[in-house]
Amino acid sequence: MNEASMIGMLSTTVSFGALLYLACIGELISEKAGVLNLGVEGMMALGAVTGFLVALNTENPWLALLVAMIVTAAFASIHGIFTVVLGAEQVVSGLSLTFLGLGLSAFFGKSAVGNPPGAILSNVDWGPLSDIPWVGPILFQQSPMVYFAILVGLLTSFLLTRTSIGLALRGAGESASTVDTAGYSVVKIRLAAVATGGALAGAAGAYLTLSITTSWQDGATAGRGWIAVALVIFGAWKPGRAAIGALLFGGLLALKTRLQTFGVNFSPILLSMIPYLLTIGVLLIISIRARHRPSASPSEIGKVYRREER
Amino acid sequence: MTSDSPLAIELVDIWKRFPGVVANAGATLSVKKGTIHAVLGENGAGKSTLMNILSGVYRPDEGQVRINGEQHWFHSPSDALASGIGMVHQEFRLVPSFTVAENIVLGASEKIIRRSFIEKEVEQIAQQFGLAIDPTRPVWQLSMGERQRVEILKTLWRKAQILILDEPTAVLTPAEADELGNVLRKIAEDGRTVVFISHKLHEVTAFCDEATVLRGGKTVASSLKVEEVNESDLAGLMVGSSPMISERPPYQEPGEAMLTIEGLGTLDDRFLPAVKNLNLTIKSGEIVGIAGVSGNGQREMAQAIAGLRPITSGKVTISGKDLTNAPPSERFTAGLGYVPEDRLGVGLAPRLTVTENAILRSYKNLRKSIFLVSEQAVNYCKEIIERFGVRTGPIDEPIAGLSGGNLQRLLVGRELSGNPKVVLAAQPTRGLDIQGVKAIQDLLIDERTEGAAVLLISEDLDELLTLSDRLLVMHEGEIVKEFDPTTAHRHDIGAAMAGKRDES
Repeated sequence: MNEASMIGMLSTTVSFGALLYLACIGELISEKAGVLNLGVEGMMALGAVTGFLVALNTENPWLALLVAMIVTAAFASIHGIFTVVLGAEQVVSGLSLTFLGLGLSAFFGKSAVGNPPGAILSNVDWGPLSDIPWVGPILFQQSPMVYFAILVGLLTSFLLTRTSIGLALRGAGESASTVDTAGYSVVKIRLAAVATGGALAGAAGAYLTLSITTSWQDGATAGRGWIAVALVIFGAWKPGRAAIGALLFGGLLALKTRLQTFGVNFSPILLSMIPYLLTIGVLLIISIRARHRPSASPSEIGKVYRREER
Repeated sequence: MTSDSPLAIELVDIWKRFPGVVANAGATLSVKKGTIHAVLGENGAGKSTLMNILSGVYRPDEGQVRINGEQHWFHSPSDALASGIGMVHQEFRLVPSFTVAENIVLGASEKIIRRSFIEKEVEQIAQQFGLAIDPTRPVWQLSMGERQRVEILKTLWRKAQILILDEPTAVLTPAEADELGNVLRKIAEDGRTVVFISHKLHEVTAFCDEATVLRGGKTVASSLKVEEVNESDLAGLMVGSSPMISERPPYQEPGEAMLTIEGLGTLDDRFLPAVKNLNLTIKSGEIVGIAGVSGNGQREMAQAIAGLRPITSGKVTISGKDLTNAPPSERFTAGLGYVPEDRLGVGLAPRLTVTENAILRSYKNLRKSIFLVSEQAVNYCKEIIERFGVRTGPIDEPIAGLSGGNLQRLLVGRELSGNPKVVLAAQPTRGLDIQGVKAIQDLLIDERTEGAAVLLISEDLDELLTLSDRLLVMHEGEIVKEFDPTTAHRHDIGAAMAGKRDES
């Protein structure tokens, strides 16, 4: 392994990490408010195809990103309305969202398969910073989405711990009746959190097709949405810890794409399984640990809140 | 006293109907500013509904709410709070994972939370009214008494002029209750108004200036001066007829040991020790009462004995059979009847029918190969209903519509139907009306007469003193003292509940 390919791999780690992180923060916000959304994979796929198609037609990557986020926010709101307003089972509704999103993205993306991109989000040039050896190419020659992801992580952390709306959001996931008594609308908070989660999953998807693959093909998300869901648990519902997890899993995804170019003779199919095996492993360790200590999980996640029940 | 003070609260001819129940049927209430006013009544008298209307949780179907002479229509608790009304609910509205300060600031108008500033403010108010608390601690670490202080602070921090406390002493030790009385007096002297909901008469006469009595959703006595009435007058107004309380059963010689617990240890939900090295033997034909402030390991002990909570050390045997690691069903077969504290979660399944609930313990005996014989199940259910006087609707409908007393009769009936050797009853009469209490107490006495060993966990000291042959006090997971209920003084029991140990 030479220096160039090492730098290349670390740079890919950061970009894949940012992709996972965006979707993970979205899911974290939703779960903190008490709504588990297993539709991340579907939302991400829909965001990816929407971004790609809008870029193809308008040649404006920023508009493409914006439209992708709005569409997935609306798409996530289906889950929000079903689970928060109508009281449907969150797991079932979330899974349907995944299948619906994957199906819709395949359907609408059919014409775009094999097309070159209409526009891409080109890497940011930080001037002299980008020229620093190692650090420059790894941190300062990235897609704007990487910096967007960092910003989203910091903002979310601030929002959750330092603002009253963040307090209410966390309260909605911990003890909805308390938040209701305190004068907030649990339904509105949860709907907003789910929509925000959708927008961020969509941003992750648009990032994929507008910066990373710069093409669309069926199944482009390749299970990354599921990794984002696992990352929320891995990060113990904390934006900071989730960032570490995102880099770790980003590294594994990068390893998979890079290992072949290093000339290592290892089955790519087995290699593709590693992130998912690790996901299962993480969940296993966390559930074993949870038997001996209180869980960091929001205590009313998955529960429907109804008022004026006697 | 301020007999000429203006009225802070006027509730006029309030009606509130729920499906199948009229909770308030023309209730009225007038409270003078700067006083502590008791609202008295039995369970189901409509106290809580009336207070929920005053605090904006419910809207009245008819009637008027006037605050300081002005008519108000509250649409939500925050509406009421804006008019200066704060309510401390019986079930605390706190987020366990939040700190004291976070809980207090939740719902306030501040957009950005200045943590240290708020913590300082809270500390200041706490000192003014004598409410010792550390604003930086997470609520799940606090005792029930401390949590209540957080609730009171929450309303004071929001500048509430009217505080409503719903059965505030239910979770407190006698000493903590006295302390609460002092705090409330300071709040009233500050010019604020306190509404104190209770059914404990001695607290009303000790803390309050005036009392209003509700019965069956109506006001039966309005703004009585507490100085001018005595406890038995108030009791008479509450129940409307002479109270029926079970009598102490005649002494009987206990038989052989039925339930033996040696060195029992178990953990609470946070995996901290809840019960530590507990030893207890209950003989055939005796009732052993466990007193203690809730949260001192009684719940965990009961669950450990019933097999719902892993036992970390020690041994549980029922008439010689080691059941330490046995599943709940095996314990039932070995002769344990368990009446859990959480009637409608652990004890009964709300959406199952009366019959299904009745046979939950014995369905294995009511089947032919893998099929349930419904005829047998129905007969079994009818037997329980008849023997234990359960009043139900159709037995093939969900139990959710039954009253608290009948739910408990069904549950107790199911647990006693196997003629158990050991009866474990946790808070069996909590929240029941007087008839329900008497019925359940009589059933426990009958079990004793028939030779069962009864372990009774209760927060009602009168109940424990009346029914128990021996009374044990539990504190922080240990039994700190044993009393003879016929000679024990309340004061000494209270001291033991607060942790004062047996000197011997």
